[in-house]
Amino acid sequence: MNRINKLFQTHKGRILSIYFTAGYPTVDSTAEIIRALEAAGADMVEIGMPFSDPVADGPVIQNSSQQALNNGMSAKLLFRQLENIREQVNIPLLLMGYLNPVVHFGINEFCMKCEEVGIDGVILPDLPPDIYMVEYRDFFEKHNLHNIFLITPQTSEGRIRTIDKYSDGFIYMVSSASTTGARDSFSAKDVEYFSRISKMKLNNNCLVGFGVSNKKTFSQVCDYTSGAIIGSAFVNILKEKGTGSKSIKNFIDAIRK
Amino acid sequence: MDYNVNERGYYDEFGGAFVPEMMYPNIEELRENYLKILNDQSFKDEFSLLLRDYVGRPSPLYYARRLSEFYNTRIYLKREDLNHTGAHKINNTVGQILIAKRLGKRRIIAETGAGQHGVATATVCALMGLKCIVFMGKVDVERQKPNVLRMKMLGADVVPVTKGNMTLKDATNEAFRYWINNPVDTHYIVGSVVGPHPYPDLVARLQSVISEEMKWQLEEHTGRPDPDFIIACVGGGSNAAGSFYHYLDNEKVKLIAVEAAGKGIDSGESAATIALGYPGIIHGSKTILMQNDDGQITEPYSISAGLDYPGIGPLHAWLDKSKRASYENATDTETLEAAFQLTRLEGIIPALESAHALAVLGKHKFKKDDVVVVTISGRGDKDMVSYIKYMEEKNF
Repeated sequence: MNRINKLFQTHKGRILSIYFTAGYPTVDSTAEIIRALEAAGADMVEIGMPFSDPVADGPVIQNSSQQALNNGMSAKLLFRQLENIREQVNIPLLLMGYLNPVVHFGINEFCMKCEEVGIDGVILPDLPPDIYMVEYRDFFEKHNLHNIFLITPQTSEGRIRTIDKYSDGFIYMVSSASTTGARDSFSAKDVEYFSRISKMKLNNNCLVGFGVSNKKTFSQVCDYTSGAIIGSAFVNILKEKGTGSKSIKNFIDAIRK
Repeated sequence: MDYNVNERGYYDEFGGAFVPEMMYPNIEELRENYLKILNDQSFKDEFSLLLRDYVGRPSPLYYARRLSEFYNTRIYLKREDLNHTGAHKINNTVGQILIAKRLGKRRIIAETGAGQHGVATATVCALMGLKCIVFMGKVDVERQKPNVLRMKMLGADVVPVTKGNMTLKDATNEAFRYWINNPVDTHYIVGSVVGPHPYPDLVARLQSVISEEMKWQLEEHTGRPDPDFIIACVGGGSNAAGSFYHYLDNEKVKLIAVEAAGKGIDSGESAATIALGYPGIIHGSKTILMQNDDGQITEPYSISAGLDYPGIGPLHAWLDKSKRASYENATDTETLEAAFQLTRLEGIIPALESAHALAVLGKHKFKKDDVVVVTISGRGDKDMVSYIKYMEEKNF
């Protein structure tokens, strides 16, 4: 069974997934960060594949992506760095990035490589669900990969139902109309959206991303959903405190306790 | 062969709408409504009245006698440079602002490179009393000062973009991000036949007035509506799309699009996307783009800020693949020579972008009786610094 499904089977709620950009702050910190995150108690890790033109990202991840590319990160290098990762960690691992580098890599080759190194899912915000179903699904399924779709407060109920039908693993709930970036708290309107989706009783679990940054925002989303994804706030910690396992543990503890 | 966009938003294999879910409702709203609006009689009336009385259309089709004598053929210039604001860009912005109003939008955003599309957008926003925000790379803000000042005088907020290389690609990224963060009351006026469906089709239709006029103007001049050749420059490709539009199905008319080779195709400093690019996704569209081994989009270079874009509209990717149009290119130097040739032979100072189209005239063997239309997409006022520098170098 795919590790993502297993996680949602064994953990009911308060799931914490952490995003970081591969190649940042230094080019060879990928495996070290993943190990530290598992040791600190993260349930899942999203490894960002840096892209030159990340239109869905706010300033923090734009900067980490640019720095990662300047450091020499690439899809090929990332797969090399992940070659032995399954000897080191057991939690689900996802790749998150943009479509063009994946298309350029070759979709079949990309999925094959993902399976080879032990990747469980892929998040490509600019890959629309209808195109995924027609052109990509076969490759993903052949290599036991889940494609994770996004929904937003503007996504219609009908479309959410369709996405729920297409999804396996979980649904990525974008917290509000925004690019990525940390926020201190969610408004009543945001919470109303979490509650509305929760009442839809979807087949898939939902994790909230974009804006979750601390204990408060994590707790707010956990009242309604299976958990959250934290990106920009963690990338900021890497920037300020480096990749040491102690600061990573402190960050996770502060959110969880 | 079919050169129109299909129901799914593709020109054969190119096009589509590869946008994050956050942008989907906006794009979908536009997709559902654009044809309805374009075909609505009240829109048609308002659009054509504004094109006539505000833009100054029809733009003349001018028989360039001395240029024709030089190349020993019959050359006609489609004078988009004579439009209000000095380029073809205004055809699109007038159309899109009318659409934005019908969709109930209160705020307009746009990206700009050289500033021509930014000025054309700021102009129609002033005309309609809508708030206007223009994203422009910081490098372009500095090198296109007069256009920045025009936009400000017109009441637009010009936001200098300090990401990436701080040029057109980065300005476009930032406009996308703004739209993601402000999805409800904002319309994004994309400036070329690029971006997610329906933009390439929408902009091509709004620019198609260029070839619509060409038909009856040629009939008046030559007794037949079809030329033998149409030549236009291409960055994203909106003036070329407009110039080709009504001739796409008439395969006797040869279509030539000219990309910016910059310092040369193999110099590493070029913007010739068809010559150097590979299929991929840029700004929501599957098309040809310049990218490295890892699929990272590379920075283009051209002396002309308006052609300085690493992608090309999906229609053009298809016209190239289907061989309906031929994609050629001209270097900075060839372009400057062509600009001065037109200026000295005809008394017309073209934009650097348009001079790329003129620069391939000498590379073809036209027959004496051939009718060759060259679209002069814009005027050269904004390029005076480059032109003066060239004059000083050449001791003109």
